[in-house]
Amino acid sequence: MSNQAIEVQGLTKKYDNTVAVQSASFTVPRGTICGFVGPNGAGKTTTIRMLLGLITPTSGSGTVLGHSITEPEKYLASVGALIEGPAFYPALSGSENLKVLATMAGIPTERVDELINLVGLTGRGGDKFKTYSLGMKQRLGIAAALLPSPEILILDEPTNGLDPEGIQEVRDLLKKLASEGTTVFVSSHLLSEIEIISHHIVMLRKGEVVFAGSINDLLLNQKPMIIVRTENEGDLEKVAAIATADGHHVSIRHGEAHIEGPHEWAPILNKKAFDVGITLSQLTPTLPNLEETFFEMTGDRS
Amino acid sequence: MIRIFFAEWRKLRRPTLLIGTFAAALFFNALITSFIYLMIDSPQGNSDRGRSVGREVLGLANGSVTGFASIGGLLGIIALCVFAAQSAQEYTYGTLRNLLVRQPRRLVLLAGKYSAMKSFALLLTFVNLLVSVGISIYLSDRAKVSTDLWFTSAGWSAIAHTTINVYISIVFYAIIGISLGILLRSPISAISIALVWILIIENLIGAVKPVTLKWMPGNQLATIAQGGSPEISYSHAMILGSSYVLVALFVSSLLFTKRDVAN
Repeated sequence: MSNQAIEVQGLTKKYDNTVAVQSASFTVPRGTICGFVGPNGAGKTTTIRMLLGLITPTSGSGTVLGHSITEPEKYLASVGALIEGPAFYPALSGSENLKVLATMAGIPTERVDELINLVGLTGRGGDKFKTYSLGMKQRLGIAAALLPSPEILILDEPTNGLDPEGIQEVRDLLKKLASEGTTVFVSSHLLSEIEIISHHIVMLRKGEVVFAGSINDLLLNQKPMIIVRTENEGDLEKVAAIATADGHHVSIRHGEAHIEGPHEWAPILNKKAFDVGITLSQLTPTLPNLEETFFEMTGDRS
Repeated sequence: MIRIFFAEWRKLRRPTLLIGTFAAALFFNALITSFIYLMIDSPQGNSDRGRSVGREVLGLANGSVTGFASIGGLLGIIALCVFAAQSAQEYTYGTLRNLLVRQPRRLVLLAGKYSAMKSFALLLTFVNLLVSVGISIYLSDRAKVSTDLWFTSAGWSAIAHTTINVYISIVFYAIIGISLGILLRSPISAISIALVWILIIENLIGAVKPVTLKWMPGNQLATIAQGGSPEISYSHAMILGSSYVLVALFVSSLLFTKRDVAN
């Protein structure tokens, strides 16, 4: 049995002149939580749909639980999925919606009540889906994904619409499932969210994989940063010029200069800025977080 | 496939759909069957398109199901609307992706949906048969129609034949509905195009050039329910109607199995 729950090689999906996913290659080890990150429109959902046999790749190959993605019937019984938000029949109750799926898959309907309780919908399972709030719909979607007691759980933006308490519950649930051996492949455009729960990460941008591997390796390989704010925002460019002159890479975003450099260089920068009459309102040496790293790697410096 | 059959019935049995569909069907059934007996002496006729069905015709062995045969086409149109909506909604709600994750064999899923549809059509057929024959018996005395031949062996045979014909017609209409739902992926488009075609365009073209009715799909399916008509033979309607349905079945199966599910 392969150690990889998901393996993808050169996966590509083109629609007419648009490339949704471009030659994506990555692996997801078994029993881990793997974040699948990228901005909206990066190709995350398209990739997930290809893994689930809903979309035929234009080219490339992949396996899920050791079976080719061209034969989804061989592995989908062991896969739970929430794809692009919860989709259910509005006129049926939450429980009845789950029972439709359970009946279809030959899963005992008793599991439905168990899952309704697990995702925090106790007492609301009998209500029609159309009366649910966004958070409740999302919880029902997660329950549907958990129906087959999956070996792999593929969740597309599972925390959308959840309140902070709900987000924490989902995090805890995913960690618990991973500790029990379930592989969790979770997509999100919220990088901070993924950083908290994931062991591995696949970063996608404009249809291309920019990084795939351990999240620790990714962050350890990143250079330390110094985040600078100036009293007058117009002085940021001057600070950037000082840093660049000393051989440091700089990006300016959200009214801050992000300067690659060790924390020892921070007092030097402070002195140089003072010498040219710039007052710094913030000077923070830091290790880059996932969001910083993503922007650095993708070159998105907006 | 049996699991899909039962899963589909979880959707079909919801009260709004089941009661709504049967209430509509039974309302039109009661209306049309009653008209045949209550308007039996009307100079404007008492049946489809102003035709007159007299006491001597209603007194024949197939008299008990004359009303039921007349309602067959309408039952089919109701089934078409229900199943066009059911199949198209899988796309508009996005629920098809959930179903395909749980049952990735698309042809098996489609076959399960068809088997559920057929059982729904069977229920629709039998409930309406009972109501139509019941109304016919109840009103026969008032309309002075003889029922002596209705429950002879020939009468039972006519009931069986008409039931089978109406059932085939309903199933054919429903297949067209499912196919349109899959093709158009929008309940409103699927239903409106089907209704406009069957109820308006076919009749308009037929009014201008009556010979074309021999080739119109909706007219063939309604004729199957009636067991043939003076203008179109049963065998012609059955062969042509089956051909239309087979084409629809082929195209929809191809689309259902090959098309990306991107919504």
